[in-house]
Amino acid sequence: MQSYNLTHLEELEAEAIFVLREVAAQFENPALLFSGGKDSIIVAHMAKKAFWPGKIPFPLVHVDTGHNFPETIEFRDRFVEQAGATLIVGSVQQSIDEGKSTEEKGFNASRNGLQTVTLLDTIELHKFDCAMGGARRDEEKARAKERFFSHRDDFGQWDPKNQRPELWNIFNGRKSMGEHFRVFPISNWTEMDVWQYILHEKIEIPSIYLAHERDVFIRDGVIMSTTDFIEQRESEPTIKKQVRFRTIGDATCTGAVESDADSLEKIIEEVASARTTERGTRSDDKRSEAAMEDRKKQGYF
Amino acid sequence: METNSYLDMELLRFSTAGSVDDGKSTLIGRLLYDSKSIFTDQYEAIEESSRRKGDENVNLALLTDGLRAEREQGITIDVAYRYFATPKRKFIIADTPGHIQYTRNMVTGSSTSNLSIILVDARHGVVEQTCRHTFISALLGIPHVVFCINKMDLVDYDEAVFEKIKADLEAFSSKLDVKDIRFVPISALKGDNVVHASENMDWYQGSTLMYLLENIHIGSDYNHIDCRFPVQTVIRPQSEKYPDYRGYAGRIAGGVFKPGDEVMVLPSGFTSKVKSIDTEKGSLEQAFAPMSVCMTLEDDIDISRGDMIVRENNKTEVDQDMDVMVCWLNEKKMVPNGKYAIKHTSNDVRCIIKEVKYKINVNNLHRIEDDKEVSMNEIARITIRTTKPLMFDKYSRNRSTGSLIFIDEATNETVGAAMIV
Ligand SMILES: Nc1nc2c(ncn2[C@@H]2O[C@H](COP(=O)(O)OP(=O)(O)OP(=O)(O)O)[C@@H](O)[C@H]2O)c(=O)[nH]1
Ligand SMILES: [Mg+2]
Repeated sequence: MQSYNLTHLEELEAEAIFVLREVAAQFENPALLFSGGKDSIIVAHMAKKAFWPGKIPFPLVHVDTGHNFPETIEFRDRFVEQAGATLIVGSVQQSIDEGKSTEEKGFNASRNGLQTVTLLDTIELHKFDCAMGGARRDEEKARAKERFFSHRDDFGQWDPKNQRPELWNIFNGRKSMGEHFRVFPISNWTEMDVWQYILHEKIEIPSIYLAHERDVFIRDGVIMSTTDFIEQRESEPTIKKQVRFRTIGDATCTGAVESDADSLEKIIEEVASARTTERGTRSDDKRSEAAMEDRKKQGYF
Repeated sequence: METNSYLDMELLRFSTAGSVDDGKSTLIGRLLYDSKSIFTDQYEAIEESSRRKGDENVNLALLTDGLRAEREQGITIDVAYRYFATPKRKFIIADTPGHIQYTRNMVTGSSTSNLSIILVDARHGVVEQTCRHTFISALLGIPHVVFCINKMDLVDYDEAVFEKIKADLEAFSSKLDVKDIRFVPISALKGDNVVHASENMDWYQGSTLMYLLENIHIGSDYNHIDCRFPVQTVIRPQSEKYPDYRGYAGRIAGGVFKPGDEVMVLPSGFTSKVKSIDTEKGSLEQAFAPMSVCMTLEDDIDISRGDMIVRENNKTEVDQDMDVMVCWLNEKKMVPNGKYAIKHTSNDVRCIIKEVKYKINVNNLHRIEDDKEVSMNEIARITIRTTKPLMFDKYSRNRSTGSLIFIDEATNETVGAAMIV
């Protein structure tokens, strides 16, 4: 007898496409958060597949801290054009200029936390009732607790102690006025799954994921890229290193890893033997034990 | 890791269950630690917080108890999902809470799993939560149950203790419909029989837990016999290239569909043939559960979200009246003759609770027929009537077309989970 089995990547893809379509069907005005990082790229890639031959029926939203790696922005614009999608940019700089956020000061200043204000403002301005993101449960211990359909009150807050039951593949997106949802189609993917999928589907990714020579400096044991947005101490001289990024966030808080992996195959090998998590290079998570949970409660993605 | 072998790896989804403090989270931590699936930064973080709390051992439960409140109280509140792979299989773990107050989260974590690990504290034996969780696992149709008799280190690794609990569990579960039941004596704290065989229990000849997880035969979860395609959304590009394209997108819930197949659309009863099964990368020769696809039909018929495409000679039930086993998940009791919203496949309807037939006493599985008030964490057989017909199968036949949830229309909360009988 013929066997009807999917590989686990096919099964994960089928699940993500199901969730994306469920969002399109259940919400009036959803949006897909798109940072240009690998996770949001594969979600957008699957959104193309989910509605093909139609277009992606919701806009992509980039919450722009203004502190980007230039490679990411180039990539974002090219992706959006090729997909024929709509892009909406929420600007952290604008939130600061309008006095809604206050820039952090000092050597470790980062705009990562400020993204929450801008995200919530963008959601309100465009009246989005659902914001999809590429967060994965394997990234971080608070994320490991999140539902696919995660309910937010009218302040955009997450209440982790009182989440809705979520059974089988039945997703309850009902809400009252002013509330919205965060939805995570790739909840069940691991970093390894993401890379295998990128390789398998031949998905283009920003070049900074691959090993390259870069001007960097070392801070608290983390390799940081030199940029105009970070002030270096005298004890932090600029050096050249062969590096790549495992995640792409705000340039002020995303560390690089030393690596020779200049192809997807080599990245996969590297991920398989990695001894630290990908967020191990994110200084925003190291601020306190429950840093992620606290940010998420306030409305971070 | 070799890409091809990675792609071919089997996936096992399992969940933990059992009463509060029986050691579920510690066990998952131990499983991850001993299989070398913990990253150094994760380990350092829990080492540090164990030290700050003054624990003498590194508290492995902190690997899954990720919320601040959980760490403060030392209990699990909501499901944590963890992922790991061995050369043999890839695993998705749902570590669920044991506290009765959070049963809804246990149900959430178990609803998609293939195997349930139910822990029992060797000192306390079978308690009400053990029974409740075992019953819920059976009700959810989880085919494999592994009972882990934990904390054997606290009962001198005594075989008699293990045998007594095993006999109690066998007696209890003989009344349930579970295909495959195993028993393993373990110490999650010390690691006996988790990944490594115990040196303290040479009377035990069976496998370690890890061996079972890697080797238990997992058949397909899906029904490949009865063709079921609930339409999720209609794709109409109306573009220059595809001016008249009309595709039905959804996830196949059962059976195998091929171009040329004669199909019927429910509830309308119109018939047509499958014209194509499309993906961005080209058309498919066949599609089966759980694939997400887009299907076109030969004839232009009116189809929308909530409709179900089946074979004419193998239809679902189409009815407004049905009996379900419901697990109530909300502090607010079920209202007799109350009205609720229902989600079933891609359908949204309303219903009225017609009758509570009986409740189940989870300790002895007896029917309770004189008290019909259904409160949180209780399980009952009820009859409902929906505003529109639903296209459904029995849950035992198809998990997807046989399950539904109840939603409180005032709060929008999911208040009940039901399996159609
Ligand atoms: N001696 C001993 N103690 C154990 C063992 N397994 C767990 N414990 C202890 O039992 C307590 C509870 O363990 P947890 O893993 O948090 O229990 P749990 O089942 O996850 O609890 P909930 O999730 O809140 O239901 C902790 O203090 C553990 O250290 C064991 O095998 N032997
Ligand atoms: Mg626990």
